[in-house]
Amino acid sequence: MTVPPKPPTQASPECPALRAMNLSKVYGSVTALDNVSFTVSKGEILGLLGPNGAGKTTTINMVLGVLAATAGSIEIDGIDIAQSRARALARTNFAAVYAALPGNLTVVENLRFFGLLYAIPSLVRRVDELLQEFDLRHLRHTKCGLLSSGEQTRAALAKALLNKPQLLLLDEPTASLDPSAAQLIRAKIRSLATIDGCGILWTSHNMKEVEAVCDRVLFLSRGKVLLEGDPKDLPREHGSATLEDLFIRVAREPIAAAAAAAAAEGRG
Amino acid sequence: MDEGVRLKLRPIAGIVLRQFYLLCGSPVRVFPMVTWVAIDVVLWGFITRYLNSVSNGGMDFVPTLLGGVLLWDFCTRIMQGVSTAFLEDVWSRNFLNLFASPLSIAEYISGLVITSVLTSIIGVIVMVALATGVFHLQFFSMGPPLVAFLLVLFAFGISLGIFASAIVLRLGPASEWLLWPIPALLSPFAAVFYPLAVLPRWMQWVSYALPPSYVFEGMRALLADRPFPGTLLLQGSLIAVIELLLAAYFYARVYRHAVRTGLLARYSAESVA
Repeated sequence: MTVPPKPPTQASPECPALRAMNLSKVYGSVTALDNVSFTVSKGEILGLLGPNGAGKTTTINMVLGVLAATAGSIEIDGIDIAQSRARALARTNFAAVYAALPGNLTVVENLRFFGLLYAIPSLVRRVDELLQEFDLRHLRHTKCGLLSSGEQTRAALAKALLNKPQLLLLDEPTASLDPSAAQLIRAKIRSLATIDGCGILWTSHNMKEVEAVCDRVLFLSRGKVLLEGDPKDLPREHGSATLEDLFIRVAREPIAAAAAAAAAEGRG
Repeated sequence: MDEGVRLKLRPIAGIVLRQFYLLCGSPVRVFPMVTWVAIDVVLWGFITRYLNSVSNGGMDFVPTLLGGVLLWDFCTRIMQGVSTAFLEDVWSRNFLNLFASPLSIAEYISGLVITSVLTSIIGVIVMVALATGVFHLQFFSMGPPLVAFLLVLFAFGISLGIFASAIVLRLGPASEWLLWPIPALLSPFAAVFYPLAVLPRWMQWVSYALPPSYVFEGMRALLADRPFPGTLLLQGSLIAVIELLLAAYFYARVYRHAVRTGLLARYSAESVA
């Protein structure tokens, strides 16, 4: 049995994996994100939901340090990303459909390359573990650009777990997977949260998947948080049959949904 | 840059390793490193040979012209080494993966510079071997000053590479074409093949801002058995260092702008902000 290497940084058990406080992003006259606050606890999977243009990717980009907030702050495992970018990002990783691994490098080359960027100790062993874990051993010398979309997703997830992150950002991680592969990946990610205590921020347009995987969801619309709660209870609390129905309602009538949410909160 | 300029070796090694993988995985990438410099040496080698045969003054054009080509190509290769390594990340749309990692800008640039040095060495070896073997250029006859000349050209090549990469980062991938003609645009001012004195006054003022012009003036002085131009070299070195710092500052500013405006996050073939 192989002993997994220690994570590069020590976790702070008292801090949430992610704390976003009063985040705003303004582009000229357009407000992409408006005073958004939320946390992701360790071991929790938070679903970030919303229609296109709601501010999900803006939020993720800010947490990844590639987009500066106009106002507000972000702490990853208690470390302010604006103060200590490298230390904060060493505890984070991500996989997104729009950020594929360089297609001109093989799977193993990509993992070694990113492993060095994240300064992973015992890199060769860690890469081997991940190749095994994501069933990529037979593809280790295949260029990522030649992989099927499902294989690329697995490779991207392997890269995302290289540093055993305290916070994992996943933007539609199962979008291109067949149902069987998607189920395996969901189980894997669920175990990351439950067993390894990783905090996960998950975006998806598959509401059934969100309901099955996420502990809590956050509905964003037009840059604001409209609803927040348990994906299993939210539809009932807001008079919808399913999470998908609620999503459609929020996407089409965000103002009415916000008013209803405020009223429901007032009753509570 | 928020944590100061503390460089960690492993992320820098990562950037270098990526270029090594690319070269090993695609030998086609090695081809241009060798081809263009070889063409330059052959072309200018025969021109100098012809000039030597028709000149009555007994002047040997080989060291001045071929030596100039060799040094200028060295500077150009360094610049292109930095910018091509940067462009690899543009072409593979790798910015999000790169800059969402703990890698700092200083580490990224350091990785690009080391990559450039390693790739340029290949071209320089080919050039020196050809120029020496075929055209009898005594490249190392200049002695220790040659090291100083190379260092100044090296610093200037890096400045140009960083500056060109910043331009592409700021204006988007489509601006890549702006990068390639930079050495050709600068070469008349760098006085690679002729003394500064032959240039019109306004061109000379531009030349004074270019460290290579000091190197080539110095080289010609040495080849003409004039005293070692220490002051010239000192001036060139000083300007090279200032320009290197300015290029790094410019890149950092462009990067901060890209983070502030979201350009970095949505960098793609069409992005121009």
